[in-house]
Amino acid sequence: MSCSRRKFLKSTLSGTLAASVPVSALKILSPSESKAATTGTENTRWGFLIDTKKCVGCGMCVKACKNENAVPYDAPVTRTWVERYVVTRDGRTHIDSPNGARDGFTSQKILDQEIRPEEINKTFFVPKLCNQCENPACVQVCPVGATYQTGDGVVLIDRTWCIGCGYCIMACPYGVRFFHPVFKVADKCTFCYHRISKGLPTACVQACPFGARKIGNLMDPDDPVTKIITTERVAVLKDEYGTKPQAFYIGLDMNVR
Amino acid sequence: MKNHVLRPLWVVIAAVGLLLLVRAYMVPDDFGVHGSGFTYGFHRLGNIDDWKAEKVQYKGKEYCAECHEENVAANNASKHNIIQCENCHGPAMDHPDNPEKLEIDRSRDLCLRCHALLPYPDSARGRLKGINPQDHNPDSPCAECHNPHKPALEDM
Ligand code: SF4
Ligand code: SF4
Repeated sequence: MSCSRRKFLKSTLSGTLAASVPVSALKILSPSESKAATTGTENTRWGFLIDTKKCVGCGMCVKACKNENAVPYDAPVTRTWVERYVVTRDGRTHIDSPNGARDGFTSQKILDQEIRPEEINKTFFVPKLCNQCENPACVQVCPVGATYQTGDGVVLIDRTWCIGCGYCIMACPYGVRFFHPVFKVADKCTFCYHRISKGLPTACVQACPFGARKIGNLMDPDDPVTKIITTERVAVLKDEYGTKPQAFYIGLDMNVR
Repeated sequence: MKNHVLRPLWVVIAAVGLLLLVRAYMVPDDFGVHGSGFTYGFHRLGNIDDWKAEKVQYKGKEYCAECHEENVAANNASKHNIIQCENCHGPAMDHPDNPEKLEIDRSRDLCLRCHALLPYPDSARGRLKGINPQDHNPDSPCAECHNPHKPALEDM
């Protein structure tokens, strides 16, 4: 036999390796290119501030969001929602969010249960939305690069590229993603990217009569939102997951999950 | 090298070549790492512009004031000045072209979002003026007695 075992292994291995290197991997990045690719170049980082002490649970934000972002009004999906928490004297926490609070909270009943005013210890409303995490778990799991983080810190979904596998919906620790019943792709809050990039507030921020929601540029030290986040006591949801949410809460209660 | 070695090798190379060819056709040119690193930034660059191009639906009070100055002024002088016109009148979109007329939500339910009494004294909601929807003129729309632009009855 003229072909030695060593030679055979060598040629097979090098052939396979050479053939499996994708063309894109052969592109050589200049140092500045690779730096731009890993750090981002923008001087904007969008952050959200939610004041649970100001929210009254009117749900105007949820309604505006659905209309602004073409989320079917009657389908049980929504990009933002408001939760009601009623903590009773017996230490129990009652939570509800009928239809995501699209129509607000107009009844004292929580999940068909009547709670007498004298039983109540504390009450508050907590608006929720995509946290546009700094380390978004949803982006990490996307097998096709359809969901990604922009340079200004917003996580977006490419509707033409999403294959609807639902990995991101499962991966988000905050449960903010859903399957869009019309577009048949994953969907979630975009911080109204089409509005903030034109200098407008998000639809929910504009619709909130009580100023419970605010959006700002975290890179700008003079931005009122940044000032509050850097000087007052704020909290994020599920800090322990390490996703580094960019939605900050004033007056977050320990019962909120 | 012998034929039995080369043949499977050619098959492997052909398969990988085909894969790369398909990939070259399928993957858009602007697909790559843009911005926030290899873990999070891998995407089609043009999609950012797709999102920016989405149409704005809610225009805000200043837009309404351009034509409906009187109504906005009346509203601004009342306790309801914190409410956006479009919260009740619906998104302006391209109004007055499209829609020509906005659909006004005159329902009781709209008012009850804030004014259904909830006994939550420690929450901002509990400090809003509230009624019990079952007792307070249950069958009438609120707008029959209250002017939503300036809701205090003394102002009527
Ligand atoms: S909140 Fe969920 S969907 Fe939004 S960026 Fe974080 S992990 Fe992704
Ligand atoms: S519009 Fe403002 S006050 Fe009303 S539910 Fe939303 S965040 Fe709370």
